[in-house]
Amino acid sequence: MNRQAQAVVMLLFGGAILRASLTDVYLRYVKEGLRPVLIAAGAVLIAAAIMTLWYDLRPHQPLDGDDEGHGDEGHDHDGHGHAHHEPRVGWLLILPVLGLLLVAPPALGSYAAEQAGTVLTTQNSASDYPPLPPGDPAPISLLDYASRAVFDSGKSLTGRNLQLTGFVTPGPDGKPMLARIVLSCCAADGRPIKVGLTGNAPAGTPADTWVRIVGVYTSRVEKDPVNRAAVPFVEVRTWQEIPSPRQPYE
Amino acid sequence: MSPADGATTRPAVTPDDIDGTTAPAAGPAPDPGTPERARSFGGRIGSVEVLAGLLVLLVVFRNPLAALISGARLQTWTTVFVSVLVQAVPFLVFGVVLSAIIAVYVPRSFWARALPKHPALAVPAAGVAGVILPGCECGSVPIAGSLIRRGVTPAAALAFLLAAPAINPIVLTATAIAFPKNPEMVVARGGASLVVAVTMGWLWLRLGKIEWIRLPHRPDLDELSRARAFWAACRHDVMHAGGFLVLGAAAAATINVVVPQQWLQSVADNAVLSVFALATLAVLLSICSEADAFVAASLSQFSLTSRLVFLVVGPMVDLKLISMQTGMFGRRFAVRFAPATFATAIVVGTAVGAVLL
Repeated sequence: MNRQAQAVVMLLFGGAILRASLTDVYLRYVKEGLRPVLIAAGAVLIAAAIMTLWYDLRPHQPLDGDDEGHGDEGHDHDGHGHAHHEPRVGWLLILPVLGLLLVAPPALGSYAAEQAGTVLTTQNSASDYPPLPPGDPAPISLLDYASRAVFDSGKSLTGRNLQLTGFVTPGPDGKPMLARIVLSCCAADGRPIKVGLTGNAPAGTPADTWVRIVGVYTSRVEKDPVNRAAVPFVEVRTWQEIPSPRQPYE
Repeated sequence: MSPADGATTRPAVTPDDIDGTTAPAAGPAPDPGTPERARSFGGRIGSVEVLAGLLVLLVVFRNPLAALISGARLQTWTTVFVSVLVQAVPFLVFGVVLSAIIAVYVPRSFWARALPKHPALAVPAAGVAGVILPGCECGSVPIAGSLIRRGVTPAAALAFLLAAPAINPIVLTATAIAFPKNPEMVVARGGASLVVAVTMGWLWLRLGKIEWIRLPHRPDLDELSRARAFWAACRHDVMHAGGFLVLGAAAAATINVVVPQQWLQSVADNAVLSVFALATLAVLLSICSEADAFVAASLSQFSLTSRLVFLVVGPMVDLKLISMQTGMFGRRFAVRFAPATFATAIVVGTAVGAVLL
């Protein structure tokens, strides 16, 4: 791989990173807070590509002679560098470019949620729970709902209408559950938070459909067969399909 | 593109040789497969042409390709693969830029003055210096390579390589957040990681052989203007470390999708088995050291000691790192260094866990 080809690959790679971080695509893969450094990294990659091309395409200059004497990058006056010292493994960088620019895989969904145990563990819980946000129904995250339901016996939840957002995933018994993936850094460490549905639960909705439900607390709790962690339930009053949210993760 | 690469087959090595700056074998040595002359005529197919053809094919066959990965499992694989890379890219670029600065703008004499003269003392000094590198392991590999090129004793550079991703403030803060009820986990992680890093550095001083390390040939920076050398170093390291990062990310995504979590449940109850299980998992999952504490916290069915081992092993040995170390230091180095680090990390992690947790 000569330097010009490397420059093109770097340009594409940096461009792909920049494009993903300037649109909302990056939110499928990493946390929102990474955006500034992603933009900076993409810009550095593009700068490195442009500088490589600039130095490579510039007409003869004294330093080129020295360069050639050492051979590793010489013989390039015809634009085709002597390639055998250049890292061939660099070709692999086309794969993420392909992944980001052409495929742009979707955010983790129901398949990942089925594979992994629910993230709800004692470590995630604070010791006391502040009152729910105002509003009727009160919007609350799945993780917050599950923590309050399991570790606080639903004390702060009773008597309120609650609004939960997540995607549908089939539970161990085939009944639909509400789930969302919780990220701590990137999708590789994404773990699902699962909440069972009773009452007027969505029926016949395909997996990975995003829904917003309004419901109330119920004391029913089951175990996730994957890691034996608690899976609380919510009693659904109404529900509606929604387009997938901008930020798919919690 | 010839396999007869002088830089990888020369047997005798001196530290100067590693640097590649005095390498006569790196001279013109024409590639037998593509004689000089053939390339100067028309109809040449260079890597730019190959690349252009490849890209055209990819765009033309975009839809069939997308359909190919529409299965849920393959789609999850692609998502995890891309996200490991997106997550790692800022740290890779940061590490590459820093290592280029070390290579171009920091004079060799600086390292001689900054580190203790005696190698045995330079090792712990370099390990503790890892505190200042705020990042994860992807960045520290090119930096360690750059340090060795600039004449830092390999033992010290390796101690830095192992310590930096595990004991820097960002990672320790993340650990504290992930284990709010076990602040001793932070102390245990920082202490155990530093001990492993220094032990491995000393072990290298006693047993390591310089000829195991084969740094990739890098353009001769000394002959170039500073700015030009800086960008040449950046380009080389991005292509090189980045390529191996892609390999590692693919391996990690495969493990992530293929290994069912139910397997873990069955070994969690056995104290000894759980340590080995989580140590192996840390290698296979290749999670960024800034995130692994959260994953460890979610593995709540496991003992704290086994989770500490997970946190100590992860930033030092994992698929992504083994791939990048093989690329940066050579295969002969990686096959010795990675298993030795793995064993040391398990022993030290378990011991510290037994005392502190």
